Amino acid sequence: MTSPTATAPAQEALPRVRTDLVPLLLVPVLALAALPLTGSFSTWVTLTFAGLAMGMIIFIIASGLTLVFGLMDVLNFGHGLFITLGAFMATSVISRMGAWVESPSLGRNLVAVGLAMALAMVGVGAVGFVFERLIIRPVYGQPLKQIMITMGGMIVGIELVKVIWGAQSVPLPLPTALGGSLLFGDAAVEKYRLIATVVGLAVFGIMLWVLSRTKVGLLIRAGVQDREMVESLGYRIGLLFFGVFIAGSALAGLGGVMWGMYQQSVTPEMGGAINILLFIVIIIGGLGSVGGCFIGALLVGLVANYTGFLAPKVALFSNILLMVIVLLWRPQGLYPVVKR
Amino acid sequence: MILRQLFSGDPPRSRVLLVLLIAILAGLLLAPFLFPGAKALNVAAKICIFIVLVASFDLLLGYTGIFSFAHTMFFGIGAYGVAIALSRMEPGWKAVAAGTAAALAVSVVLSLLIGLFSLRVKAMFYAMITLAVATAFQTLASQLSEFTGGDDGLTFQVPRLVSPGFSLSDHPFLGVALDGRLIGYYLLAAVTVALFLVMLRIVNSPFGRVLQAIRENAFRAEAIGYRTVVYRTISNVLSALFATLAGVLLALWLRYNGPDTSLSFEIMIDILLMVVIGGMGTLYGSVLGVTLFMIVQNYLQDLMKVGSEALKNVPLLRDLVHPDRWLMWLGLLFVLSIYRFPTGIVGKLRNRI
Repeated sequence: MTSPTATAPAQEALPRVRTDLVPLLLVPVLALAALPLTGSFSTWVTLTFAGLAMGMIIFIIASGLTLVFGLMDVLNFGHGLFITLGAFMATSVISRMGAWVESPSLGRNLVAVGLAMALAMVGVGAVGFVFERLIIRPVYGQPLKQIMITMGGMIVGIELVKVIWGAQSVPLPLPTALGGSLLFGDAAVEKYRLIATVVGLAVFGIMLWVLSRTKVGLLIRAGVQDREMVESLGYRIGLLFFGVFIAGSALAGLGGVMWGMYQQSVTPEMGGAINILLFIVIIIGGLGSVGGCFIGALLVGLVANYTGFLAPKVALFSNILLMVIVLLWRPQGLYPVVKR
Repeated sequence: MILRQLFSGDPPRSRVLLVLLIAILAGLLLAPFLFPGAKALNVAAKICIFIVLVASFDLLLGYTGIFSFAHTMFFGIGAYGVAIALSRMEPGWKAVAAGTAAALAVSVVLSLLIGLFSLRVKAMFYAMITLAVATAFQTLASQLSEFTGGDDGLTFQVPRLVSPGFSLSDHPFLGVALDGRLIGYYLLAAVTVALFLVMLRIVNSPFGRVLQAIRENAFRAEAIGYRTVVYRTISNVLSALFATLAGVLLALWLRYNGPDTSLSFEIMIDILLMVVIGGMGTLYGSVLGVTLFMIVQNYLQDLMKVGSEALKNVPLLRDLVHPDRWLMWLGLLFVLSIYRFPTGIVGKLRNRI
């Protein structure tokens, strides 16, 4: 009898956290603002889907990076290595599944791609395991050394990739049924971009569910806000962090497969080239925030595609411009993570 | 006594180090006579240029504890400054001076801006911001093709005294032709030594002491009464200036400049490797790091080719010692240095007394 009366005031004492919706509106506002500029509706649909697909892939790659940073203040400058590794593992899988890839049936194609993605995730997750133990663990709490040692890890890793797969670019063809475009009226949307969007949304959904509905997610969120408090309650934050790091690496591997298929070829340097984009995305989103990272990635993807169409010269700097504008508005990123 | 002043009260403090430094200096000074051929002279000149560049990076990373990815940007500004001036104006010392002055001005403004805006924040954030800025600058340099020659870069004439066509005498001296190339090399070496000694002076001044205090404990340095932001910004500007001068030297030596020769991310990684392997926080480390790196980059490949041939039938090992994989071994050495001897070769030598 007493418990409801006892908890009721306690609940009132904790005001509901108002979700900040303004950043959420940015994506549709940006898309609508681009509509009159692009001229025709069909071009706009194509561009928007291209931007969303690119944004989703970037989100998949960057989500692990931002969480790891939020939890442990560890920023892995070698994250690009995981992207490259994932993509190269996929080329090995896809090239061995010739019949499945070339078959016109969508089902078989999806199995091949799914297998490539799964193996890349497992493989890169395992590499992430080793990377954390060997490279990152010894330099916790020393930011300068972290930057340098993760860079060093990436250099050695990329060279090892070259030893295994060679230094040239390797083709990563799309399976037959996934190539080509669908027509919506006049607008052509590449099938693969639809798939990328779906996978990206699925990853985002699962991640949101884990973070907001499970105990592990609760601990991760608590750890991002106040690491010492979580530790003092008896949870081993090191282990938690380790798990997040491995999951983040696996996601980077998945993102690498998707990015490789997006470009249809894979080079050892692709990961390093994307690194800068990742940093911009997580800075825009607010370091440590998954929701911010999602919106940041979509914004970057959309802006890159719109400006690429409207003003190709500007497109080269669009990401930096976007970052500057966002930081002028919210210096801590879209969703600042509250820290101690 | 004079020697001590020359070294700014910071002599090598290790016999092995002293011997190594003298050997490197002698090697560099006698390079045209000891190792004939264009390649050797090029390597020697590159060593000189990179000693200035890496030492200036050490000023920032090793002495102040700031990690910046934008260091090659300033290197590139210097190189482009001279390149643009020499390709637009009459190729003479006036153009070199104008280009250098313009480049230095641009570097001061840029480094000041970056410093004031972002040196208050965490190291990680600063590294990310500089990475973004440097990338944007590289894109800019390759896009403004009317101005910078785009991806093709700029080829230009250098002042007559140091151009290959100039000849001091028709008779070769000790088998070496006394041409503009040779004069250019010795000028380069002299400027390198001078700049190095100036940097040594800076890090051993009271100002340099404050930088080291900030590196060790920024909070405490602030508490003692030093305005850390000001000191960090000055250190940022100084290191940018020296990097710009290194860029000027590079452009003058190569008579060419393009985005890949002075701005690329690979160079950034190279100087990072050099400064860490040589020893952070000791300017002498940059001399050792650069020399080791350049020798490995240019000559280890030949050795690895031999190894690769010998192991032709062993699948994995053969690929590991493939000549193109030299960077992997240096990368491993780099990672090991950070763990095992964070003060690099110089720290190791100095502690062995």
